[in-house]
Amino acid sequence: MDFANNQSVITNGASQDTSPILEVKHLKKSFGDLHVLKDISLELNAGEVLSIIGPSGSGKSTLLRCLTQLETFEAGEVRVDGKNLVVSALNEPIKYAPANVLREIRLSTGLVFQNFNLFPHLTVLQNLTLAPIRVLGIPREEARATGRRLLKQMGLEGKEKSYPCELSGGQQQRVSIARALALKPKILFFDEPTSALDPELTGEVLKIIKQLAEDRMTMVIVTHEMAFARDVANKVLFMDQGVVVEQGTPDFVFNQSQNKRLSAFLERFSRN
Amino acid sequence: MSELSTLLPILWGGFCTTLAIFALTLLFSIPLGLLVAVLKMSRYRIIRYPVSFYISVMRGTPLLLQIVAIYFGSYYLSEYAGVDFSFDRFPAVIVAFSINYAAYFAEIFRGGIQSIPKGQYEAAYMLGLTRAQTFYRIILPQVVKRVVPASANEVITLVKDTSLAQVIAVTELFALAKKQQAAYASIYPLFVAGVFYYIANLLLSMFFAYVERKLNYYK
Repeated sequence: MDFANNQSVITNGASQDTSPILEVKHLKKSFGDLHVLKDISLELNAGEVLSIIGPSGSGKSTLLRCLTQLETFEAGEVRVDGKNLVVSALNEPIKYAPANVLREIRLSTGLVFQNFNLFPHLTVLQNLTLAPIRVLGIPREEARATGRRLLKQMGLEGKEKSYPCELSGGQQQRVSIARALALKPKILFFDEPTSALDPELTGEVLKIIKQLAEDRMTMVIVTHEMAFARDVANKVLFMDQGVVVEQGTPDFVFNQSQNKRLSAFLERFSRN
Repeated sequence: MSELSTLLPILWGGFCTTLAIFALTLLFSIPLGLLVAVLKMSRYRIIRYPVSFYISVMRGTPLLLQIVAIYFGSYYLSEYAGVDFSFDRFPAVIVAFSINYAAYFAEIFRGGIQSIPKGQYEAAYMLGLTRAQTFYRIILPQVVKRVVPASANEVITLVKDTSLAQVIAVTELFALAKKQQAAYASIYPLFVAGVFYYIANLLLSMFFAYVERKLNYYK
């Protein structure tokens, strides 16, 4: 499979400087009295894959939703490809960047949802071309050609005219990955991409994500698939109760770390 | 059957008035209903509360009374204010029907809009669609499919409700049939009028069944 065409866009610009493509510093978020994210900091370089693991309710998904602007947060700094999501300093009350900057950042961050969230009234190809045509102003024929190429990469050739309801869950999730890629994002976020799938369909989605990783797509993946998290990632981050308990290379997190909460979590997982 | 040949043209004239009330009411009440639905979902109480009150009055009082109120009310208010904004009979009927049906349509549309999963908005947001693009390209097409069955109910009820216009002496189908009933000293004209309503609604039911089938290309 060939992701070269996306790849050129993905690494452009990012490869020239060495600063991380994603930087999060001291991010804090609460729902009322409940502190969901207590003090999250992380860094990710272009072309790297970060897996986020942790028990349910640890704040993984909320963190992803903060980084993709689906939730607001109360404090912290987030920098995506050199652009600041927040313009206030760390010790000041939070102030977000102007709307046009937020939108630019949003367009450079794709999100693959747990429940796909495809547009059911549009065909597979229309799902892929709507935003490129309407948002980026790409000519219709060009957008359709890109869409067809992405479908081919996802192993979905011939499904252009199908409606999402006619596809299996695994196929729908691959369409939603293609839809996110159609905007040529700099970072692709995955929010438990296989949690809504039957076990036999999980593999086909994970295979696609692995291929993206091999093509050096920058990705942040929240997942409960431990073996996958270990194999695909350059970096693994373990969260529990709103804090980053441990982070490092997959080997460090899965094999070497002596952290008690982490080993208890991994223990529970291997038992299940 | 010579009776029928004189009766039919008379009733046909009334039926045309009925059709006019029907068509004009739909023309005004559907867009107004959509607007009311959106206003009722406003995050501002100062907009939401009056809209809720309007809907509760429209649904909580007889349409018959509303027609009378619009017609005579506008007349008396004009007298009182010294500015003539009173309605003629036919426009009064259209106004009363439109604001009444808009309230019902609004609730149907609101239900439809609120039944669209939040994920659809989030996906559109992540793809950079504007709020208007999200509403017109993602939400509204899905709402249409969901509200067709309930709207069909309202539309079919409207055909029959048009007979209420006779309360302020608008000579629609049923009013004319009643006049003929007196002339013929028979309820026969009323039955013929009933056939008119029935055929109209039969055609509408077929139309809506067709629309539902057409919209069934996705789930």
